[in-house]
Amino acid sequence: MPEPRWIAPDDVTVVQRGPEPGGVRGAYRTFGETLRGLKTTFARVVEGPVTMEYPEQKTPVYPRFRGRHKLHRFEDSGLEKCVGCSLCVAACPAECIRVVAAENTPEHQISAGERYAAVYEINMTRCIFCGYCEIACPFDAITMGNDYELADYSRSDLIFTKEMLLADPLERTPLRREGE
Amino acid sequence: MSLPIAEVGLVEGVSVQIIKSLVIFVVILQIVPVVLLIERKLLGRFQARIGPNRVGPFGMLQPLADVLKLVSKESSTPVTAVPWMMALAPTIAIFTAVASLAIIPFGDAATAPWGEYGLYGLDVPIGILYFFAFGAIAFYGFMLGGWASGSKYSFLGSMRSAAQLISYEIAMGLSLLGVVMMASSLSLVDIVNSQETVWYIVPQFVGFLIFLVAGFAETNRPPFDLPEADAELVAGYNTEFGGMRFGSFFMAEYIAMIVISGIATAMFLGGWQLPFVDEPGWLQPFIVLAKIFLFLFLFIWIRATLPRLRYDQLMSFGWKILLPLATLNVIVTAVLVVVI
Repeated sequence: MPEPRWIAPDDVTVVQRGPEPGGVRGAYRTFGETLRGLKTTFARVVEGPVTMEYPEQKTPVYPRFRGRHKLHRFEDSGLEKCVGCSLCVAACPAECIRVVAAENTPEHQISAGERYAAVYEINMTRCIFCGYCEIACPFDAITMGNDYELADYSRSDLIFTKEMLLADPLERTPLRREGE
Repeated sequence: MSLPIAEVGLVEGVSVQIIKSLVIFVVILQIVPVVLLIERKLLGRFQARIGPNRVGPFGMLQPLADVLKLVSKESSTPVTAVPWMMALAPTIAIFTAVASLAIIPFGDAATAPWGEYGLYGLDVPIGILYFFAFGAIAFYGFMLGGWASGSKYSFLGSMRSAAQLISYEIAMGLSLLGVVMMASSLSLVDIVNSQETVWYIVPQFVGFLIFLVAGFAETNRPPFDLPEADAELVAGYNTEFGGMRFGSFFMAEYIAMIVISGIATAMFLGGWQLPFVDEPGWLQPFIVLAKIFLFLFLFIWIRATLPRLRYDQLMSFGWKILLPLATLNVIVTAVLVVVI
């Protein structure tokens, strides 16, 4: 360790300098570390690539992954679960849900409750997939699906209507098994 | 005018020479896209990626797509540039690279019905000096290219290229001097023939390492790619070049890689010779090509591994380590050659 040329005052932090280039130690550092680096990169060749070729291969999502929303019907009667209470609208921090409720009549029974959602739209350009709507819903009428491929060519196509949300979505997303 | 103009080790007919030149030229130019593809694929593997695989089966048409793209691009000239110099620079680069191919021996001299012929472009008695001569001219390509572009980045790149080539050419010359002394000939064919018993990589291992490092610097390959340092200089001397002019620089770099690999093969790896086995004549070019590809693999491997040196590191490494080491190597070899 060479003597410092000047005594550093207390308020000055002396920075530790790297080793001087050149000399035998320099040569060792150059070649020895180089070989170590070469080993590291070659190990990657042996391991093989880790790439997922996306459009062809998809990373499986976890069961609780929050993707595209789904609206549900009762399985036996086929009535919609949504009663148009607008609690999801109140819970939504991005204000992307629009619900217009209407009265059910005996001839025109849409949902199980007194009222039903005449209009149920989710603006997917605004949705932040927080899942608060799912939590707010008292009838489990809306849940988050697993589909994350939501790109489209125009903004108006990304406003999902009730029919789109009620329809069985294309199962495009592989699901991770339990404990995977 | 009588052929050959210069003194050569083996006098051949004019037609044989023309055919030979064409074959070497065409074959090496076909190797360039293959090297390009191998480089991109291997770089991918080294980085745990797949590499190009969209164009053609296994991405094998990728170089074709790249060249098509380059050809269809505009060769623009900046207002501040010197147009004729800008046109000349890539020409020099690619001419010197191709000209150096002539002395790489792909096989021994053989006898055919039409007379004796050698499986190499030319067996000049000055051999390795020819390679250094063209290496020195190649530097004008980079220098003119950067200077004539009228751009600061290009100019910086060409200045770095000048300093780097000069510093490393000395070490490179000295590293080959040991081999030349042991073979007591400059001709590459004679040098290969004198490696019958043992390849020069064994007695000249230090020289081999120095040559390898200097070779990386000569071809502007990482970690010595300071002249084109993408991150700091945009692309150095070829910033302002577009279309096939840039393509020529690019191709010149890859041909230079092949040339350096060929020279290393001939000087240190026994050229067309196989250890312990007597190789048939037709196999010789393939052995040389295989060894060249071995070196190209090393080039790519190093590129995937080492980050670019800082400029002062480059200079101090060249002058403080490589040059004294090369000199020492020459002195020790000289003493041993005289004593033994």
